[in-house]
Amino acid sequence: MSEHKFGFRTRALHAGATPDATTGARAVPIYQTTSFVFDDTNDAANLFALQKYGNIYSRIGNPTVAALEERIASLEGGIGAVATASGMSAEFITFAALVGQGDHIVASAQLYGGTVTQLDVTLRRFGVDTTFVASSDPEEFRKAIRANTKVVYTEVIGNPGGEIADLEGLAAVAHEAGVPLVVDATLATPYLVRPIEHGADIVIHSVTKFLGGHGTTLGGIVVEAGTFNWGNGKFPSMTEPVESYGGIQWWGNFGEYGFLTKLRSEQLRDIGPSLGPQAAFNLLQGVETLPQRIDAHVANARIVAEWLASDPRVSFVTWAGLDGHPHQERAQKYFPLGPGSVFAFGVRPSVECDTEAERLAAARATGAKFIESLQLASHLANIGDARTLVIHPGSTTHQQLSPEQLEAAGVPADLIRISVGIEDPEDILWDLDQALTIATGETR
Amino acid sequence: MNAINPAGSSAQDAAAASCEIGAGPAATSSAAAAAAPAKPVRTWQGPTAPERLGMLRRAKSIAIVGASNNPARASYFVATYLLSSAPYDVYFVNPRAEEILGHKVYASLADLPVVPDIVDVFRRDEDLPEVAREAVEIGAKTLWLQLGSWSEEAAAIAEAGGLDVVMDRCVKIEHARFHGGLHLAGFVTGVISSKRQTVA
Repeated sequence: MSEHKFGFRTRALHAGATPDATTGARAVPIYQTTSFVFDDTNDAANLFALQKYGNIYSRIGNPTVAALEERIASLEGGIGAVATASGMSAEFITFAALVGQGDHIVASAQLYGGTVTQLDVTLRRFGVDTTFVASSDPEEFRKAIRANTKVVYTEVIGNPGGEIADLEGLAAVAHEAGVPLVVDATLATPYLVRPIEHGADIVIHSVTKFLGGHGTTLGGIVVEAGTFNWGNGKFPSMTEPVESYGGIQWWGNFGEYGFLTKLRSEQLRDIGPSLGPQAAFNLLQGVETLPQRIDAHVANARIVAEWLASDPRVSFVTWAGLDGHPHQERAQKYFPLGPGSVFAFGVRPSVECDTEAERLAAARATGAKFIESLQLASHLANIGDARTLVIHPGSTTHQQLSPEQLEAAGVPADLIRISVGIEDPEDILWDLDQALTIATGETR
Repeated sequence: MNAINPAGSSAQDAAAASCEIGAGPAATSSAAAAAAPAKPVRTWQGPTAPERLGMLRRAKSIAIVGASNNPARASYFVATYLLSSAPYDVYFVNPRAEEILGHKVYASLADLPVVPDIVDVFRRDEDLPEVAREAVEIGAKTLWLQLGSWSEEAAAIAEAGGLDVVMDRCVKIEHARFHGGLHLAGFVTGVISSKRQTVA
């Protein structure tokens, strides 16, 4: 009997969702319940001791959530997954499982702002030190590693600069140090890159973004490859007896299933950021059309990026699929279908400026005017919606910074972040053109 | 590899796979040992996911050789699962135990009152060829060596005796792969099917 290999599009629709055993329901049922009855006291004892599979309480696991977990794990080529309430909580439970007081993390400096503050403020307050590496060169990561380093962390596509991580180089650095490479692949989705194929050990997503795609529902997920040797001596919580589970050892008893079993049975149990069944259902609806949507996103991103790059009113474009992007070659290696559809561009102020301060103020005002003049693109703080989204950090998330501080933070005053949607591309271009005309007073 | 070959190959591919055999996966104190530990070259090709499912579906009884009464041992997890979540008659074999989970323990495979369909082995690698010979002698149908357990000599003995062979896989995980349990725990089963989920 031969073993058929199912493709990505088939698994986006079917993985983790065989028809319901009792009713035959074809769609994944929404198991909207906090708790699940036990057959008897012996059954309860076996479930609590992890001696058998089954549901106890939806903070730990829920059948609707399990469908999302298996589906995304299948698409990533992982051994399994644990879903969470948001991308940020997916990161937090992962760090909570891997580090403790006195431990150290080596992370890229080009990270989403919420991740930076989770590492630099919250985890630092808990006694975990993070070194942020302001380079994408694996050698610079290697130099930052210490004896107490437990994680190497990066995003696969930087937001909004479009930097592409050297996954194979970073995996080699991490593995040489005996620690896992943990990556946030939110901007990529498994359709564009499967980081596990390039050496990553743990892949995290904000499922809220392209995986959901509809912009209706928050969610996060942690996928593990199942190939990291947790018994290498650097992770005692994986190898020491666990008192609350009768003296089992996550690595000794569960082998390659151990890390995710620990993440669910300890971190979800103790910290509690679980994904609700209704949210899991909503997110599954999005995942079913992931390949088709991402094809459309990337096609539109290419059209929009090339159009912007050829417009004299635009000062720069950071899409790594463009000629001249510093990571174009890396993008072609890791993202043969295209490096996603979130990037940034600058709107050149048209006024004459005598001083640098005047130029920065004018750039900031021009960026704000551009954003306010858009009719189709939505001005909001999300990315990865099917609709085109924009934000001007200089007048929103970073408005408290002076123009000079903005430049120092690597966020030019006129920087616009765009998440290109799947509308008709001529309508997106029409909207950008008319807003650029109003903001700069110049036509294309 | 699993991205295009999802049918349950992850356990086979993973490094240092273990459901706890003997001392469990080797714990080394060296940070440099993070890469997959070296293991002997494997030439034997295991059965596919549909073939493993076929063995599990045809079986009515399973004997656990090297069964332990310690709840933290892998064989105890497997026994608890099989007794509670699977349809099999489960028999225990261990010359140094009297009773496990309320069931009588037999000293050898030959002492069992029935011929078990599957012989599920939790023994050290050097003991595996002898267990394979005993499984052939009693006429069992499948020799199943637990996750982390591998002996091409034992496999050759069993196959020459007409038995199906599975190595380095957990019978609990494999049954759960096809009957919903592994899925409920958020793990990849590789199962893609338009038929109702079977649960036992």
